[in-house]
Amino acid sequence: MTALLQTSGLTIQFGGLTAVDAFDCAIQPGDLYGIIGPNGAGKTTVFNMLTGVYLPTAGVAHFDGTLINGCSPAQVSALGISRTFQNIRLFDELSVLENAMTGAHQHAKINLFDSLLRTPRHYREEKRQRDRAYELLQFMGLEERAGLPAKQLPYGHRRKLEIARALATEPRLICLDEPAAGMNTGEKAELSALIRRIRDELKVTVLLIEHDMKLVMGICEKIQVLDYGKTIALGTPKEIQSNPKVIEAYLGGE
Amino acid sequence: MHRTLLLLVAGVSLAFGVDWFLGEFIEEYVVRIINLCGIAIILAVSLNVINGLCGQFSLGHAGFMAIGAYVSAYFTTTLRVLNTETGETVVRSPLFDGAWGFVPALLIGGMAAAAAGLVVGVPTLRLKGDYLAIATLGFGEIVIIMLTNFESVGAARGLPGLPNYASSFWILTFAWICVVSSVFLQRSTFGRALIAIRENELAAEVMGIRVARLKVMAFIYGAFFAGLAGGLLGHLLRTISPSTFGFMKSIEVVVMLVLGGLGSLTGAIVGAIVLTVLPEALRDVEQQAKLPGIRMVVYALVLILLMIFRPQGIFGQRELSLKLLRRLLPGGRK
Repeated sequence: MTALLQTSGLTIQFGGLTAVDAFDCAIQPGDLYGIIGPNGAGKTTVFNMLTGVYLPTAGVAHFDGTLINGCSPAQVSALGISRTFQNIRLFDELSVLENAMTGAHQHAKINLFDSLLRTPRHYREEKRQRDRAYELLQFMGLEERAGLPAKQLPYGHRRKLEIARALATEPRLICLDEPAAGMNTGEKAELSALIRRIRDELKVTVLLIEHDMKLVMGICEKIQVLDYGKTIALGTPKEIQSNPKVIEAYLGGE
Repeated sequence: MHRTLLLLVAGVSLAFGVDWFLGEFIEEYVVRIINLCGIAIILAVSLNVINGLCGQFSLGHAGFMAIGAYVSAYFTTTLRVLNTETGETVVRSPLFDGAWGFVPALLIGGMAAAAAGLVVGVPTLRLKGDYLAIATLGFGEIVIIMLTNFESVGAARGLPGLPNYASSFWILTFAWICVVSSVFLQRSTFGRALIAIRENELAAEVMGIRVARLKVMAFIYGAFFAGLAGGLLGHLLRTISPSTFGFMKSIEVVVMLVLGGLGSLTGAIVGAIVLTVLPEALRDVEQQAKLPGIRMVVYALVLILLMIFRPQGIFGQRELSLKLLRRLLPGGRK
C-alpha cells in the first residue's frame, strides 16, 4: 500500500534555528495519526510546511504521489489537504454557515458573470455549497447556530466550525492543530468521538496535533513524538507511553 | 436570469420616470445635485468592493475615473469631425452617434479603466495596508501627471466641450446597475471569498481560495465602475481636466465609505448621498448666516465628530435592511 502522505528529510530553518529537522513520516489512507511533543517542538511548523504556508529548507513531501513542497496553500488545498489552526482563524464577520461555505468555494465551477447575472448555474452553485455546508454543520453539531455570526460562537464551537470549514474543502487528509485546546472534559470526549467519525464515516485520513495525552492516546493508532524539531519516537500509543526518551522529553531527564 | 432582467427593466423604467419627473417639476440646481449623488453612489459602492469587502485599502479610485472620463470623452468628442461642406459636426463612427452612442463610449471607458485595474492589481497584490494605499495613490498621481503633460488631451487645460449626454436617466440607470450587481457580487461565492480574504487572508488561502486572483478581480470590478462614473461625471460637467480627478477626489470617495461604514453597501450609498448633499445644504446656511467659509468647517466638524463617536461609520459593517429597521424601531424585536 502506498502512503497517502510521505515526507522524507523535511527540514526548515529560520535563520540559525532548525525548527524541524529531517521530519520523516508515512501516513496511510485511513490512518488516525498523532503528532505530539512538548511546546516548541515544531509540530505546527510541520503542518505549515505540509499546507504550503512555509517552504521547507530541505526534504520532500509527497501527497498521493504528487510533490507538494513549493505548492501554494491554495494548490495544496486543491490536492486534498485541509487543516485547522491552533489559534482559531475563522471569518468573524461571516455567519457560521457562510464560514463553512467558503470551504466549498474552491470547487465552484462558475465565473463571476454567473453570479452578477444570477444565471441558473449561480443558484445551483449556491445550493450545492449551502447543502454541503449545512450537512457538515449537522455532522459537527452546529446546525442550530448556522445563522449566527461566527464571532458570536462560544469557544468550543469555534474549534468545531473550523473543522467543518476544513471538511467543506472535501479533503482526503485533514490536519487538526490542537483541536481540543481550551475545551472541558465533556467537550473533549465529544470531540474524540467526532474525530473518529471523520475518519470512519467521512473516510478522511486524520493527522492530529494535540497536547491532551488522554485524547491522543485514546484515539490515535500511530503516534510520532517530536522534541526540538527531531523525531524521538514513533509507534502505537502503548509503545510511546513506555518509551524512555518520550518520558524524558516530557518530564525532563536527570 | 429572469430576476436580473426584471430588475434591469424595473431600474431602467424607474430611471426613465424619475428623469421625466425631475425634468418637469424640479429646479435644475436640485437635479444637478441628484445627478452628482448618483455618480457618487457608483463611486462609493464600487470602491466598497475593493476597500470594504476585500479589505484592500485603495486610494486610486480617481485615477480609474480619469481614465474612464478621458477615454469616453475621446469617443464622444474627438471622433466627431467638422464636415467642411455643411458646417455640421458629424461622427466618424455611427456607433457613437447621438445620445445612444454615449453608452458604448461609456462602456469602453469603463473597460479601459478595468484594464488599468488589472495593471495596478497584479503588481500591488503583495502589498498590504499602508503600502498598498501608497502604491495606489502613486498610480492615481501617475495618471494625473500623464494627462497634464499630453498636449493631445488638452494637457492641464483639459478637454472642453463634451456633449451633454449624462442625463439623469443614464446616471440613475448606471447607479442602479452598479448597486444591483454589487449586491449580487456580495451575496455570492465570490463575495464570501472576498470577505474571507479581508477577515483572514491565511485561512482563506488554506481553504483553497485563490487570493491573488480574487484581489485582482475586485480591483477590476471596482475600476470598471469607477471608469463609468468618470465618464458620466465628464459628460455632466462637460469639461474635464486632470485636476478634476486629483488625489482629493479619491479621498472624498474613501471618506464616503468610512462615513457610511466600511464594508456596508447601504452605508456606502448613504455616505455618498450625505457627503454630496451636505456641502450644498450648508451653502444655504452659509449665505443666511453671512459666514462665508463656515461650510467647510461644519463639514470637517461632522467628520471629526463621527470618527470620535462612531468610528465604525454610520452602519458599521451592517446593511440597512427591513429586518434591522424593525429591530431598531420602538417595540421591535430585540
